[in-house]
Amino acid sequence: MLELKGVNSFYGKAHVLNDLNFSVDRGRVVALLGRNGAGKTTTMKSIMQLVRPRTGTVTYQGQDITGWSSHRVARNGLGYVPEERRIFTQLTVAENLEVGRQPPREGCTTWTEDMVFDLFPNLAERRQNYGKALSGGEQQMLTIARTLMGNPAFILLDEPSEGIAPVIVEQMARAILQLKQDGLTVLLSEQNLHFAQAVADGVVIIEHGTQQFVGSLADLQAHPDIRDQHLSI
Amino acid sequence: MGLFIAQILTGLANAGALFMVASGLSLIFGVTRVVNFAHGSFYMLGAYVGYSLMQALPGVAGFWGAILLAGLIVGVIGVIVEICVLRPVYRAPELFQLVATFGVILVIQDLTLMIWGPQDLLGPRAPGLKGIIRIMGEPVPQYDIALIAITPFVAIGLWYLITRTRVGTLVRAATQDREMVGALGVNQSWLFTGVFFLGCALAGLGGALQLPKGGADLLMDFSILGAVFVVVVIGGMGSLPGAYLAAVIISILNVFGVTYAPQSTLVLMFVVMVVVLMIRPFGLLGKEEVAGEHGQTGEPERPIKPAGPRIRLLVTTLLVILALLPLYSGNFAVVLVTDIMIFCLFAASLHFMLGQGGLVSFGHAAFFGGGAYAAALLVTYASTPMELALVLAPVSAGLAAIVIGWVCLRSTGVYFAMLTLAFGQLLWSLAFQWGDVTGGDDGLVNIWPSAWASDNTVYYYLAFTLCVGGILLLRQAAHAPFGYALRAARDSTRQAEATGINTKRVQWVAFTFAGTMAGLAGGLFVFSKGSIFPNELETARSFDALIVVFLGGVKTLSGGWVGGAFFEGAKDYLTRFEYWRLTLGLLIIFVVILGPEGIVGSLRKAGERIGLLKTPEDAT
Ligand SMILES: Nc1ncnc2c1ncn2[C@@H]1O[C@H](COP(=O)(O)OP(=O)(O)OP(=O)(O)O)[C@@H](O)[C@H]1O
Ligand SMILES: [Mg+2]
Repeated sequence: MLELKGVNSFYGKAHVLNDLNFSVDRGRVVALLGRNGAGKTTTMKSIMQLVRPRTGTVTYQGQDITGWSSHRVARNGLGYVPEERRIFTQLTVAENLEVGRQPPREGCTTWTEDMVFDLFPNLAERRQNYGKALSGGEQQMLTIARTLMGNPAFILLDEPSEGIAPVIVEQMARAILQLKQDGLTVLLSEQNLHFAQAVADGVVIIEHGTQQFVGSLADLQAHPDIRDQHLSI
Repeated sequence: MGLFIAQILTGLANAGALFMVASGLSLIFGVTRVVNFAHGSFYMLGAYVGYSLMQALPGVAGFWGAILLAGLIVGVIGVIVEICVLRPVYRAPELFQLVATFGVILVIQDLTLMIWGPQDLLGPRAPGLKGIIRIMGEPVPQYDIALIAITPFVAIGLWYLITRTRVGTLVRAATQDREMVGALGVNQSWLFTGVFFLGCALAGLGGALQLPKGGADLLMDFSILGAVFVVVVIGGMGSLPGAYLAAVIISILNVFGVTYAPQSTLVLMFVVMVVVLMIRPFGLLGKEEVAGEHGQTGEPERPIKPAGPRIRLLVTTLLVILALLPLYSGNFAVVLVTDIMIFCLFAASLHFMLGQGGLVSFGHAAFFGGGAYAAALLVTYASTPMELALVLAPVSAGLAAIVIGWVCLRSTGVYFAMLTLAFGQLLWSLAFQWGDVTGGDDGLVNIWPSAWASDNTVYYYLAFTLCVGGILLLRQAAHAPFGYALRAARDSTRQAEATGINTKRVQWVAFTFAGTMAGLAGGLFVFSKGSIFPNELETARSFDALIVVFLGGVKTLSGGWVGGAFFEGAKDYLTRFEYWRLTLGLLIIFVVILGPEGIVGSLRKAGERIGLLKTPEDAT
């Protein structure tokens, strides 16, 4: 469904992504693992075209989307949940969801406000609160909910478990599994291996912007040496 | 009592147009981060277009229809400008956008002149509202009452649009993080264009609505700009209620000012603004500025390095040519080049503060004109000899810069820029309105150099020495440890503070230094011309300097004086034509879009490409 071929990305002169090649099949949850600064966020941004890959291609549903503007990528059903959350703090929860709302898309769930509140009940009671009044966990739920309102077929989740309480992390894991059941494809970046193990089928490990391992979760578990070498646990 | 109420009502009526223009500016800035200098021009267009429509459409319906239509037409013109001029430069640094909108001002000025001619137009009176009503015996025009009644509807309509509709929600979201809005599938280009339409339509509406009160003239664009900036800043960037409140305050203040202190109306407005910003750095109802958080992209800065041998040779040659100029050319060239050199020093001083310090000042003319006025006043009232006056001019400008810098540097970004603009306007109003001392519009005349320097050639050498000296001094400062500290403060306040740099102090010193050098240029200017008029303090003069710095290239060391030489030269040539503003404006717009590196930056790139100069990669 999504495929990266020879992707190289830069910030100015800094070469951050080095020849990434991997793909994510429909209906799968793939975890992108790597230490701080490995290039996970940059990979996500390169897919969304928020950072334009200098060489290589990103293909989504058979279409080469490299060089598109981000809004066009989003409109094609790729939902992006950024690491820093970037909710609109001066808008209410309901308004944040409204910004994310897009017309229904064929073959995808058409999300409504009520449906995202079912998925994240904590948000329902916060409907009229401003974004800045939410806790870290609630903000994380809101970013995901906001992206779902765009009725994506595929979502990019950048470190959803970062900096939130263990109870909420669990809730988040359940939500992701439910989304997977609904047929959504997910690429999530993580440093938290436990979280990744709870939700992912496939794994991509990157270090210094170079891809070190691509395989299934079972493959990784069969090679503890790889895990120890590239991930800090 | 009656008079008091009548004046409040006049103030409220005047607040209408001001509010519309200001809220448009504020909206555009909020979403696109562009400070649209051309906003006053759209206001002016609204008045002219409205005038023509009112001529064509008869009756009550025609009058009000003309106003609405004028708003729509100006909105469409705004869209054209947005698509043609601003879209190509959204990703460029702020200054590029400023300069581009400045180019638009020049173009609109000349186009208006071409279409409607130079004479002021008297606005037609509103059919059915030509009379007055008496409130406690005082006459109040009926049209004023209508304006007072209309404005809240516009304000509420706008408020509804912004807070209660999807488009408004998107606009508010984009104000905070436009990249994220794009990543959620919203086409930002159309959002920007839509906001531009709305903002410009509001300005046009304001211009057409005030026709029966003020008519239309070619100075409207700049005259409202100052007030609009003040309103937006006092109210708080991006706050609609704030803009309304501030528009009312400023308008009422002006009405009372005209009655009780006619000498100080302009000064009053800026004093209020400074006081408000001292107490509330983000305006009455504004929120803290988070600009640039997820914004600006651009090429990384190149490290500053001493000039290579080829460049040194080039500069030396240029200096030799300049030094020998009086030997091979006539009087005219000597005088012209004197002016150019003086302007180069002025531009270089702004360039130092802007390029090295990242301090975008809209009011640098305050120090140029300030130094010039200091010298002129010393000569006029204390018969000071030229030598001493040339020392005291930069000293006074420097002292002024210490005070002004202290106030302005309490704010950052747009607010800093607005404050500098306000101080520029303040000094201008002083010079303009305090006629007993400064001669007002008539200026100060008969300020001639000492006998030994009165010959054009001798004065040329004096200016040559001081200007080249000043420019070298500025360059030296950029290479000194002070320059490093200043750039560190520009690039990241927090990191600079962490390494023990007192960023505010460093910027303050830079501001003062730049002000001093501009004062020196001003001093030289006044003795070269023999006179000084308030227009040397005008905002337009500050903009000239900004354009020059931009044309030369912000990210280069020599951009200031190169741009200065080019600009003064071009202006001398262009002003011989009737529509020189149009030409200059288009030229500026083209440079912004096609050669955003500026003259020096583009030449350097070209030089690197053909192998004359080393690229930074080779150097490392
Ligand atoms: N805007 C930027 N400009 C320059 N360099 C950047 C920028 N953003 C990230 N980098 C650099 O790119 C590299 C990869 O960063 P990235 O954010 O993609 O890593 P990450 O794997 O997401 O890290 P983390 O786990 O901390 O989120 C890092 O070395 C980082 O310093
Ligand atoms: Mg990251």
